[in-house]
Order: sequence, then C-alpha cells, then structure tokens
Amino acid sequence: MDAVGGEVNAKMLTARIRKERRSAGATSFVLDVSIEVSPGITILFGASGAGKSTLLDCVAGLARPDEGRIAAGGDVLFDSERGINIPAPKRRTAYVFQTLALFPHLSAEENVSYGLMDLGEEKRQERVEAILKAFRVEKLRKQRPGEISGGEKQRIALARSLVTEPRVLLLDEPLTGLDAELKAAIVDDLRAWNAAKGIPILYVTHSREEVDALGERVIALDNGRVASAGAPMDVLDAPRRKKLAQAAGFENLLTATVLDLREADGVMRVRLGESACEIEVPLGYAAAGNHVQVAVRAGDILLATERPHGLSARNVMEGRIVSLEQRGTMAIARVDCGVAFVVHVTPGAVRALELSSGHRVWLVLKTHSCHLVE
Amino acid sequence: MEALWLSMKLASCVAAILLVMGMPVAYWLAYSNWRGKFLLESLVALPLVLPPTVLGFYALVAMGPRGPLGRLWIALFGHGLAFTFSGLILVSVLYSFPFAAQPMIASFEGVDRKLLDASAVLGAGGLRTFCRVILPLSLPGVVTAAVLSFAHTLGEFGVVLMVGGNLAGVTRTVSIDIYDRVQSLEYGEANRMALVLLAISFSVLCVVYAVNRRVWTPWAAK
Repeated sequence: MDAVGGEVNAKMLTARIRKERRSAGATSFVLDVSIEVSPGITILFGASGAGKSTLLDCVAGLARPDEGRIAAGGDVLFDSERGINIPAPKRRTAYVFQTLALFPHLSAEENVSYGLMDLGEEKRQERVEAILKAFRVEKLRKQRPGEISGGEKQRIALARSLVTEPRVLLLDEPLTGLDAELKAAIVDDLRAWNAAKGIPILYVTHSREEVDALGERVIALDNGRVASAGAPMDVLDAPRRKKLAQAAGFENLLTATVLDLREADGVMRVRLGESACEIEVPLGYAAAGNHVQVAVRAGDILLATERPHGLSARNVMEGRIVSLEQRGTMAIARVDCGVAFVVHVTPGAVRALELSSGHRVWLVLKTHSCHLVE
Repeated sequence: MEALWLSMKLASCVAAILLVMGMPVAYWLAYSNWRGKFLLESLVALPLVLPPTVLGFYALVAMGPRGPLGRLWIALFGHGLAFTFSGLILVSVLYSFPFAAQPMIASFEGVDRKLLDASAVLGAGGLRTFCRVILPLSLPGVVTAAVLSFAHTLGEFGVVLMVGGNLAGVTRTVSIDIYDRVQSLEYGEANRMALVLLAISFSVLCVVYAVNRRVWTPWAAK
C-alpha cells in the first residue's frame, strides 16, 4: 500500500464512490458520493434506502464501487483508476453491523480475540483484557452471545472491532433498540476510547434523536447523494430536501408565498398555499412574492379549543379537526386550516379537551418552530 | 459376517472420502455466484434419480479393460478396476455423492452471511472463516452428510452388483449376501443379516434427526 500525498490529516477517511445497483437489467439506484471524515464521530444520516449501508460496505471492502477512490489512515484502499482494491480482510476497517453478527458458537472473549489470531498468546490476552475493561464487559468473558443482554452484546461487538486497532470504525445503527440512557453510556465509553486513538468513526443512523444525542458532524444522504453536510443544526433544522425533511421528523411541509420581510425583527410573513392563512417565519434569503417551503414538526404545534389570548407565539390559526387517530402513546390529529396540518397530541390531552373529528380548534405555532427549506 | 465387515469397511471409506471431497464442492455450490451453477447442481443431484443399473452400467464400461478408467488403472497398478474393492469404492462415491453434498450445501447456505462479512473485516481469509465460523456452525449438516453417505452406501445393491459382482470377501456386501441367501432358500441367515442392517439403518437415522432437532448440540442454543 502506498502513502497518500497531500492529505491534510493522515488519519482522515476520504471516499469518492460511484456504484450502480441494477435490477432486471435496469439501473435502479445510484450511489454517487464524495465524503471526508475526520477523526471523531461523524454521523451518516438518511432514510432507509438512501445508500448508507452500501457506502459503508464499499469502505469496508464488502462491496466494490464501479469507480472512485477510498483512502484511510494514509493508505489507498481502493482506486479504480490505478486498479487498487485491497481485500476486506487486509483493510483494517472495523465494522459493527446492525445485527452485530457476534459468532454464536464462541464466548465473548473468543469473539473479541477473533481478529487477533496473528498475535502471540500473551499479547492477545493483554489486548483482550484491556478492551473488555474499557467497555465494562470483563465479567461476561466466558458467556456466549445467546446468554448476554442486548446492550452488553453491543459493547462486545464494539470491543471485538476496536481491539484490532483499526484505522476506521464503521457503525451501522449499532445501538438501535437500546434506551437513551444505555445508548449514551455506550457512546461515552466509545468517545473515551477514541480520545486516545483518534480514528474517524462513521456512525449510521436514521434516527433524528440519535443525531441530536451524538451532536457532532453530520453527513445527510438522500437517494444516493450527499444532500448536505455540517453541524447537526445546519443540516437537519434547515432541511434542504423534502424527503430529508420527512426523515428528520418534519411531518408538515408546506409551500408558502412570501408577503413581506421585516428585517429588523428577523422575520417575514408568508401565506400558506392557496389559503388565507398568514404566518410569521424566520427571515430567509427570499424576496416578496417568492415561494418557499416551510417545515414544521407535528410535535411543535399547540392545539387549543378556544381562541388563545396573551401568547408570545405569533401564529394562531383557526381550523377544524378532520381526523383523529390513536397510535401507541400518541394521538395524531389532522387539522384543516385552509391548509392541512398534522398535529401530535397526547391521549391525555384528547380526553381533557374532549377532542373529536369535526371539533373546532386553534393551532399555535412559534415563529422559530417554522423552518425554512431552500 | 465377512459380508457385514466388508460393507462396514466400504461404507466407512466412502463416507470419509465423501466428507473430504464433498466439502469443497458444497462450499462452492453454496457461495458461488456463477450463473451456470445450476449445471453442477444438477450433476450432483443426478444419482438421486438415476437407476442404479444405469450408473453401474456406465461405471462398468469406464472401468473395463477397454474403458478410460480401466486402462489408466491397469497402467498405474497392473490390474483392472472392475470387480475389485477399489472399483466398488469409486462407484459408491459417485452414487452417494448427493447424500453427502446436499446436507452440507443446505447447512453452509444457512450460515448468516453477516457472520462471514464480520469474519472478513476482522482480518480472516476464506479458509480461516471456513474453519472457525462456517464449519462449527454447520456441524449438524456435516454429521448428517457423513451418516447419510455411510448408511446409503451400506444399503446399496444395484451398482455394487453391476460393478463388483459377487466375490466373497472382495465385493460381496451385506445386501448382496442377503439376496444370495434368499436365492438359496437360507431364510434364517438372510433374516439375521436383514435385522442387523435394519437396526443399523434405524440407529443411523436417529443420529441424523437428533442432531438436526438439536436434541443435543455441540454448542449452547442461540
């Protein structure tokens, strides 16, 4: 393997990948991305089918890009022009799958030492010991994956990958199904481990909550392309594409016409769709008469059964409940205010306010809960 | 008793050879993406539907002193292949091949592909992945393959008769011996041999089903 000249950071992962997926002869999906991942956690975010797992597979060497170049830790792993394609076992990229893929017939300890077969017995023991401690699973060493709980399995899968001293860590939704507290504890241990190693970690998720919790750099994928990249706030709170907006949990995406700009207040007034509804939204790069997209989360909308008074919120709209649907611990109300809104309320609120279809209601929207979409 | 001993020897040899030969073939059939794979799959399954006499006939022709195999054998060892124990092993390997290959193919295919990917990214090459992941997880299939090819060889009649004939101590296996005794009206002897064969077949199948029903397993339940 030869060194990469001119990389800003030798530890960085850079990948330019183009890969087509064909079904029945026709191209059904194209992954076409160019990303740079610095040491630390970078989140790869997108709806399912956006190409996240394909991207990870290409970096790990489990899938072969049609063309492109992948480099990590100062070495070229793949280069279609120069005919370089390092096989997966030699790439030293660690990969934790969503299903974890722990070997069911091996104990936790044997799983962790699996990648260290070329090391001497003594050194191997030492490394396994250290990583089991770092991820707090040293008590489980003799147990098989079938006898271990979910969160601990995830810890062992992380330990198994990291004990090999990889130059990149790929995580494909490894913490799904864990509660927030457990998740945070594992991520803390991961961060502590990486403080010393400083390798790029690519963390795939489609959960908006995980992005908020991890809160570092985000690369948003949409339909095989990088939709945006940067800090979570920039990438997710100003969603640039409709699909991404929906993936990020903006249930309401409305087309609006800009009426006038109030630069001193940092707001502008817009009219929603063809309705008479006028609301105030944060100032954006737009002129009067322009069309903009406004995204609002269903959980950010307040619902009142009488016209509210004395509110700081600037936007109050009158409407009627079209349908009310109970889903788990949440009720989903569809409200017609001239334009249709989806509003999430608690079942308790439904009972207390005696909400039902046809009920007259007022919706309250804070200006900064209205997000402008390019 | 000589016939029983001969049958056991034949079945053990064939089962051992089939494990060694069948494993790479089964591995290839389980994991190859080649489009023409169905051709080899059909070939492997052929003895299941072919009358033993057809297989035996072609084997006999090939092994005869004018056949390609027979001539090669004579050149190498100075004697023919037909009507010898070696010839019997050869044709039995062909005839029992699907019984060894099919269970191994099925169990190799049953191993979660993600485990193979995990092994690869942890630095293990194909052979190491096979020995440390695929094989231990396919153990029921491998046991089934060994037991079925043993049992099937033990019970075969048609191909043995075609290729081996009926030479005491050389090619007279239990099933041929039973046939012989019935022909000469020694029903008592025939019955004793038949009972032994019945008992062996039943125990062998018990092993297969117990292993596959996980009555006992070499590792803890998933």
